[in-house]
Amino acid sequence: MQSHTPLRARRGALVTLAAALALSACATTGGSAKPASASAETKADKKLAATPAGDPVYASTYKPYPGVATAIRGATVYDGKGGKIENGVVFMSGGTITSVGGPDTPIPADIAVIDAAGKFVTPGIIDIHSHLGDYPSPGVEANSDGNEATDPTTPEVWAEHSVWPQDPGFSRALANGGITALQILPGSANLMGGRSVTLKNVPARTTQGMKFPGAPYSMKMACGENPKRVYGGRGRMPSTRMGNLAVNRQTWLDAIEYANDPKAKRDLAKETLAGVLKGEILIQNHCYRADEMALVLDMAKEMGYKVAAFHHAVEAYKIGDLLKENDVCSAIWADWYGFKMESYDGIRENAAFLQREGACVVIHSDDANDIQRLNQEARKAQKAGLRLGMNIPDATVIQWITYNAAKAMGIGDKTGSLETGKMADVVLWNGDPLSVYSRPEKVWIDGALMFDAMNPKTRPVSDFELGQPGEGDVK
Amino acid sequence: MKRFSSCGLTAIAFCAAAAAPALAQDITITNAKLVIGDGSEPITNGTVVVQGGKIVYAGPEQAAANGSARIDAKGAWVTPGLFATVTSLGLADVSAVDETNDISARGTPFSAALDAGAAVNPTSQGILVDKAAGITRAATTMRPAGSIFAGQGAIIDLDGDARPIVQARAFQMISLGEGGANRAGGSRAAAHTLLRAALREAQALVGKPGIPETTEIGKDDDVLLNRFDAEALVPVVTGKQKLYVDVERMADIRAVLALKQEFPKLDLVLVGATEGWLVAGEIAAAGVPVIANGLIDLPETFEQLGATQSNIGRLAKAGVKVAINAASLNDPRRLSQVAGNLVALTKLPGASGLEWSKAFAAISSVPAEISGMGGKAGVLKAGAFGDVVIWDGDPLELGTIPRQVYIGGVEQDLTNHQTRLRDRYKSLDESNRPKAYDW
Repeated sequence: MQSHTPLRARRGALVTLAAALALSACATTGGSAKPASASAETKADKKLAATPAGDPVYASTYKPYPGVATAIRGATVYDGKGGKIENGVVFMSGGTITSVGGPDTPIPADIAVIDAAGKFVTPGIIDIHSHLGDYPSPGVEANSDGNEATDPTTPEVWAEHSVWPQDPGFSRALANGGITALQILPGSANLMGGRSVTLKNVPARTTQGMKFPGAPYSMKMACGENPKRVYGGRGRMPSTRMGNLAVNRQTWLDAIEYANDPKAKRDLAKETLAGVLKGEILIQNHCYRADEMALVLDMAKEMGYKVAAFHHAVEAYKIGDLLKENDVCSAIWADWYGFKMESYDGIRENAAFLQREGACVVIHSDDANDIQRLNQEARKAQKAGLRLGMNIPDATVIQWITYNAAKAMGIGDKTGSLETGKMADVVLWNGDPLSVYSRPEKVWIDGALMFDAMNPKTRPVSDFELGQPGEGDVK
Repeated sequence: MKRFSSCGLTAIAFCAAAAAPALAQDITITNAKLVIGDGSEPITNGTVVVQGGKIVYAGPEQAAANGSARIDAKGAWVTPGLFATVTSLGLADVSAVDETNDISARGTPFSAALDAGAAVNPTSQGILVDKAAGITRAATTMRPAGSIFAGQGAIIDLDGDARPIVQARAFQMISLGEGGANRAGGSRAAAHTLLRAALREAQALVGKPGIPETTEIGKDDDVLLNRFDAEALVPVVTGKQKLYVDVERMADIRAVLALKQEFPKLDLVLVGATEGWLVAGEIAAAGVPVIANGLIDLPETFEQLGATQSNIGRLAKAGVKVAINAASLNDPRRLSQVAGNLVALTKLPGASGLEWSKAFAAISSVPAEISGMGGKAGVLKAGAFGDVVIWDGDPLELGTIPRQVYIGGVEQDLTNHQTRLRDRYKSLDESNRPKAYDW
């Protein structure tokens, strides 16, 4: 029952496989699969009930595609956790990493071997901040499903219920960016925008077919200009930054009450918030300014939750010490600045200054184009530090777009690094991935070769693109 | 450069005040990995000589000119300053803060007559930041808002002095396609009718400046042109001012090329042209240059269904003069990154890109030529502006930045808001004083 892998990694133990199986039967057959002897009650007597809160719903149906046991040898290998192996071997089989090591790593005789001298291997690239599917291409109003901007707090909405799996953006992220997993977040119009969904970057007919098995949910929050502009512009709260905090705090207090009341009527919004308070759902907080991040950290302490990452965080460099102390990642761009007031102090040294403090750095995209070049963005951020004499190793820079992203999304135990037993999400680059002149040559997801630059038939073509100009073209 | 070419005797006092930051030096840069910018291969051990604000020599090693300050580049890459097109540089401080934004003017009664040059702030942070990225000249324009006409764009330099305008009213910018249709009332047909009506009004005014009666059809109607807008189109219809047309779709591109049959003097430039590759042969045959999107590969709109990063490579292969469009980037300073990506495509099976020197030319001499600055900007040739950049690495590689930038022979201060923030936050130590005292 692949489809009922519990979605909350941190409380996986709370949901037994048996319970999941029972639920599966109920959900798929409406109860008619019960043993005949138990069906004495008439249809009219039957008690109606939704699947209980906390049990898996809209569960992942993703199953890894077939792959062949493959060893890549001779490449420079970045393991995603800061390690670098020259002339390395990466061996994957059965959908997982079997071994990673130097040139002497044993390679079985009967498997596919790729000679990759002069090339590079990294874990699959991971984008912690994407709106693919929720704001897909074409970006017409009819497809605009990323912001439920009708109320400043909408923790009840789930990004996965907006994802359009036919968004051509997924394939571009795979082929040009080596993206193997990504988190789709609701937009930032709302203080509390709703739940995120983490996807495997594998084409599917349904969103469930892309859902990353076992990934926890996150909830998107937003500081600053967007919520106060959207709602203040309508003459309602919040219209100021102090209004932002007030609405947030009251919402948390109500959620705490809900979580402590076993008899409370089910409330989808508070269910999400209670999940955060119990540590089952992570917080991904859009926040540009340093002073606002500091306020959010205090709000999190006041209410008893934790922020996994600040997103955009253009001023994170001003409080690297505080972010380190609170063990919060900063998911940032390399060079976006100045497009809105709260981005005015953006500098290219942001990542390097965070690294100097030992704080967690993630490079993110928030963009259907930049998701195709996270490696390039990471390099720009690295270079900015190098000019100040900060020599951040290439292997660490790769960690910014692999393991650190996975960790902040709660999937660091499953992907994001090349370690025995982890998912075989792997990119073979045709050159140094931190050079503008390199591109992904092959991308494996769970050991299945999902893109091969040498084979045009491995370019995924979404339903939308069929019969249209450029179908199947190199993109 | 302007200081030397335009400061006549009568203007000396004014010029001295305006040019307070620095004066052009006569310099000789030696031992350069020299890029001319015209698509030719880099020259090792090259020399550049700048005198009186202009290039007098660029090529293989040569003795320094007399009285010239010598700079040993020690093998560093030396190139012409980059030429950014199409941009809105100098027209906004913070684009999302309306008060600071002069890029679009929905509320104005004017359209084609608008002159972006009048609004350029030569010391806006956008200009300072992009100068520090090696951009020395740019085409800057407003964006269409209430009309298909954005108004007249200018060629500017980025030296931050009192006179940023290199060429005022260098081109008229219009939007057809989806954007134009929307602004013309909801249909491409409306946009094309408006354009033709406007150009015919302008034709009727040719040779009749200052005459009050006009041929305009609906004077107080938003759709048609007032006298000033119609007059502003006279140089367009007579071919004296370039007409930049923002279009993406193959069919829209063909419709633009067809305009020449009705208005044979139009000096057309295509901007965007995401689907240009589908009609590359026709564009080449028409001799119309293209300022093309480089890395757009998503069907972001229904007029970009054929989007591919190979657009520019395929256009170039068909013989089209093609520059990389800055307008599709979130910042013109990413032009060099786009050019680098086009080089990467030359190694990708099935893709089309540009060899390194051609990619560099697509952000230097080619956009300058398209902008009417051929031989003056974006190239290190005798007589060109003394715009020279000495880089800390391969200028198309990620994160490479200039060590020194000369504009018109004047070495530029590369300090800006960002570098000052960088310097302040090199450490977070506040044990003695708050950060506000650290400057």
